[in-house]
Amino acid sequence: MTDTPQRPEPAFEAPWHAQAFALAVHLNESGLFTWPEWVERFSAGLRQAGLSRELNGGDDYFTVWLATLQRLMADQGHTDAGEVERIRQGWAEAYLSTPHGAPVHLPDDVI
Amino acid sequence: MHHDLKLDTAGGETPAFNMPHDDPDHPHSLLPSEPALRVKALETILTRKGLIDPAALDAIIDTYENKIGPQNGARVVARAWHDPAFRAALLQDADAILDEMGLNGRQGEHVVVVENTPERHNMVVCTLCSCYPWPLLGIPPGWYKSDAYRARAVREPRKVLAEFGVTLPDETAVRVWDSTAEVRYLVLPMRPEGTEGWSEDALVALVGRDSMIGTALATPASEAPA
Repeated sequence: MTDTPQRPEPAFEAPWHAQAFALAVHLNESGLFTWPEWVERFSAGLRQAGLSRELNGGDDYFTVWLATLQRLMADQGHTDAGEVERIRQGWAEAYLSTPHGAPVHLPDDVI
Repeated sequence: MHHDLKLDTAGGETPAFNMPHDDPDHPHSLLPSEPALRVKALETILTRKGLIDPAALDAIIDTYENKIGPQNGARVVARAWHDPAFRAALLQDADAILDEMGLNGRQGEHVVVVENTPERHNMVVCTLCSCYPWPLLGIPPGWYKSDAYRARAVREPRKVLAEFGVTLPDETAVRVWDSTAEVRYLVLPMRPEGTEGWSEDALVALVGRDSMIGTALATPASEAPA
């Protein structure tokens, strides 16, 4: 069998995959960590996650990607799990209280 | 393309929570999935601290969604088929050539091009995670990142190839290259028969992404897209 060139296939399966991807690339380019450092942490995370079940390379891959990023930022003192959870909750409430079609904003008092 | 490699590439977005109180008269915005909200939270925190620029994030996403993809690698392969001097130089020192072509961006700093021959078929994996030559191929497909491919490509490459529909003659050895954060590989597939005299542009259409990872062959001349 051969490959059909340029078949339409989105680069990312879900928008949040793209966002998580871009965050790591951007932070790497801003100098917060080197790429080998990222690979070391990320591959350890994949290994760990793959112990309990087989990863399919889609959602579960980016779930590990995101967890790696979150932990790296926590280790560098930029955030912590509690803060991420508070802001996440703030966003969830903002979505639920914003009428459909209107832009969703995080209220300034969510800190 | 469908192949029956036993790699589950389904997945996609975690379904948004469907709140039971959804009311068609007062519909609120659709709640994104839990990880989507967590990415958003992280982005908010890092933006507030001045560590990231949201415009730069958008630019990165746009680049990989719309600008960079396998067409870049296909151009390199087609030129190598078309121009023997280019091919020799590419195999000797890909970095210098890719530099000249402006294909040396992030995650493409050190690329080695490995050539398929009747004696040897090359196949690329990243057993560690998913290192991949982004400037040449874009973002890796789901199966490349899956545990199944990462584990089995090295252990039983012929079986994996067969599941992709590639059966090689017994006399062709299979060489598997394991990518790292420092070295990325691009497979130079064999030029299909019956393409003598074709232009570089016509040849580009025969070079699919998987043929540059080594899990497919180049498209035969008879199947060239119109």
